[in-house]
Amino acid sequence: MSNIAIRVENLGKLYRLGEIGTGTLSHDLNRAWARLRGKEDPFAKIGETNDRATKGSSDYVWSLKDVSFDVKQGEVLGIIGRNGAGKSTLLKILSKVTAPTTGRIKVKGRIASLLEVGTGFHPELTGRENIFLNGAILGMTKAEIRSKFDEIVDFSGVERYIDTPVKRYSSGMYVRLAFAVAAFLEPEILIVDEVLAVGDAEFQKKCLGRMKHVSVNDGRTVLFVSHNMEALNRLCDRSVLLAQGRVEKIADTDTIIGSYVQKNFGSRGTMSWSDDNDSPGNDIIRLLSVSIINEGHDIVERIDIKRKIGISFTYKVLKPGQRFTHGVNIYNHHGVHLISSHDVEQANKQIAVATGVYTTTVWIPGDLLAEGLLTVGVAIMKYEPFEVWLHEENAVSFTVIDPITGDSARGYYTGSFPGVVRPLLQWDAVVEE
Amino acid sequence: MIDSKQTCVQTTQPQPITGEHLSHLPLAEEQWTEVIQSRSNLLDLGLREVWRYRDLVLLFVRRDFVSTYKQTILGPIWFFIQPLLTAITFMIVFDGIANLGTGGVPSLAFYLAGVTIWNYFAQSLTATATVFTTNAAIFGKVYFPRLTMPLSIVLSNLVRFAIQLSLFLVVWLYFLLTTDTIHPNGYLLLVPVLVVLMGLLALGLGMIFSALTTKYRDLAMLLTFGVQLLMYATPVVYELAKLDSLPSSFRWVILANPLNAIVETFRLGFLGTGQFSWAYLGYSAGVTLVLLLIGTVVFNKVQKSFTDTV
Repeated sequence: MSNIAIRVENLGKLYRLGEIGTGTLSHDLNRAWARLRGKEDPFAKIGETNDRATKGSSDYVWSLKDVSFDVKQGEVLGIIGRNGAGKSTLLKILSKVTAPTTGRIKVKGRIASLLEVGTGFHPELTGRENIFLNGAILGMTKAEIRSKFDEIVDFSGVERYIDTPVKRYSSGMYVRLAFAVAAFLEPEILIVDEVLAVGDAEFQKKCLGRMKHVSVNDGRTVLFVSHNMEALNRLCDRSVLLAQGRVEKIADTDTIIGSYVQKNFGSRGTMSWSDDNDSPGNDIIRLLSVSIINEGHDIVERIDIKRKIGISFTYKVLKPGQRFTHGVNIYNHHGVHLISSHDVEQANKQIAVATGVYTTTVWIPGDLLAEGLLTVGVAIMKYEPFEVWLHEENAVSFTVIDPITGDSARGYYTGSFPGVVRPLLQWDAVVEE
Repeated sequence: MIDSKQTCVQTTQPQPITGEHLSHLPLAEEQWTEVIQSRSNLLDLGLREVWRYRDLVLLFVRRDFVSTYKQTILGPIWFFIQPLLTAITFMIVFDGIANLGTGGVPSLAFYLAGVTIWNYFAQSLTATATVFTTNAAIFGKVYFPRLTMPLSIVLSNLVRFAIQLSLFLVVWLYFLLTTDTIHPNGYLLLVPVLVVLMGLLALGLGMIFSALTTKYRDLAMLLTFGVQLLMYATPVVYELAKLDSLPSSFRWVILANPLNAIVETFRLGFLGTGQFSWAYLGYSAGVTLVLLLIGTVVFNKVQKSFTDTV
């Protein structure tokens, strides 16, 4: 028996842009006429690839085109892509909310989808009534819901309010109850869209745990779409990267997240602004450039893990007598905020600065950051009262590499090495007996 | 479910390993439980799936009831007020002013009978016809057999009809016991059939309209007053016999209305006024079945892609 749970074959979805209701009757008649003569849909041909940034000449757009991939049974597959890459369309087709234009999806087992939690919740009904209604909408029978009712209520943690209409619930309680119903579904395949964006941190953790549990212990297949790189990395073994309606890459999640970040935020060692009006800042200060430099002050994009890294930014002060300070933020490719640092010395000195062009450099010691792509944001701000004058997120990025010469924290070990930071620590081993 | 599958796989005979089996293709093709694609068999109505979701239909009916009358003071009493006021208005206008006559039956009983069965049809039809637009939010987020929604609408209206029928029965009993003007008869036994026919007719027509209102909202507007006009073309406020006075050149158009026999027979059974022919009722039943079939096919076709056009 092959262990493929979902097979997507040449899937395509054509959408008509603009307002529906103008000229649609004539288009419809045209299509019907073509179909009657056994011809192809005349409007399907002129569709363009999906890129929301460029202006197309056609009213039709392929939101998905030639998408093919397999999902193994028991696998948690992540789906990543920018807004408009076709993620939601793919999920909608998978959950049978809409039909594909071309291609097919073959499925083994029952599918339940969570494109939104609490679909069909009625505000006037009580929590108890909504558990039954929502469960039935998601495909459970009354008997199934009844047998799991206590577990659902327990998981949601809202038992005190279970006989209160849900319109009186706080939004957090609402989501908890809604997710609880979904969490106890027993389909072979579960499709989850970014439903975890709501709810408090503790509950999010609980939800992620439940999803992992469902795939590992019960052998269910899960498709998970999220912008939360950390959650994707924790849950999914493999991921699909979608771009402009096509599959760009299928690989292990870590690789996919890396290339997604690289592609969208780019690895660029330097960034500069030529036009004063376009550059970040205000009428007091303007950012001119930001660069990643090595000890020799060369601009670099890749840097040895043992070497110190400089983040250097140049700015123009337009008004004299200003007091301000600088800060940097560093994120890894999972979006984890690793470091935030302010120039405390300058902040304390409170020196008034004359007009002119200045360069500030902050040095990050070697043997601190872990390998991988890191993105850097810079800011210039004022204390008392605190005010941010400029904040350029994702200004530059660089890759930390370990050539494995044996003197870094990993020694000669070449395998996957976890940890968000990689300091060289002191190890003491003494003979006790 | 998973467990049963796994055991099922384990108990299959071990296959001899040949070049063909290594490819797994012929084997794998048969194991898919579902294929999602753009076209499907028109006659695949998915009724089995609807049956599996029968609990959902009942929960929708319950939701409709509970939610409508929460936070109202009179609650379900509103069910009685509407037909009663309508019947009284008809008494004044059609009997009092227009003098259309009620075949010797007390006018309150006459109009209430017509209004009760008509409301059942009209409300089922208008709600079913806009099922996609009113449920776009939920349909766009989760899949369940869409047919459950129109079914639950008709069932909700059936319950409402049952409540309104009890009001009519009170009025009917009053006249039956205090006067000698109404004469219930054997056609009363047909009432359950009539009620089912009426519901199915509304369901079929409603589903056909629902497919159209999804794309062209104009039809929803047309339908609201269309139903009002249709009431006057149906013997609700007059007897079927009154149609005999119409010029024969277009009388057949009015007589083609499949609602005629249902409304007329309903009143005949309870009140003993009106006409009946098996052929005419059979015609209504035939039209109902045809519309129901067309409606189901059209509905199933539209439900696959309506989220893109709604």
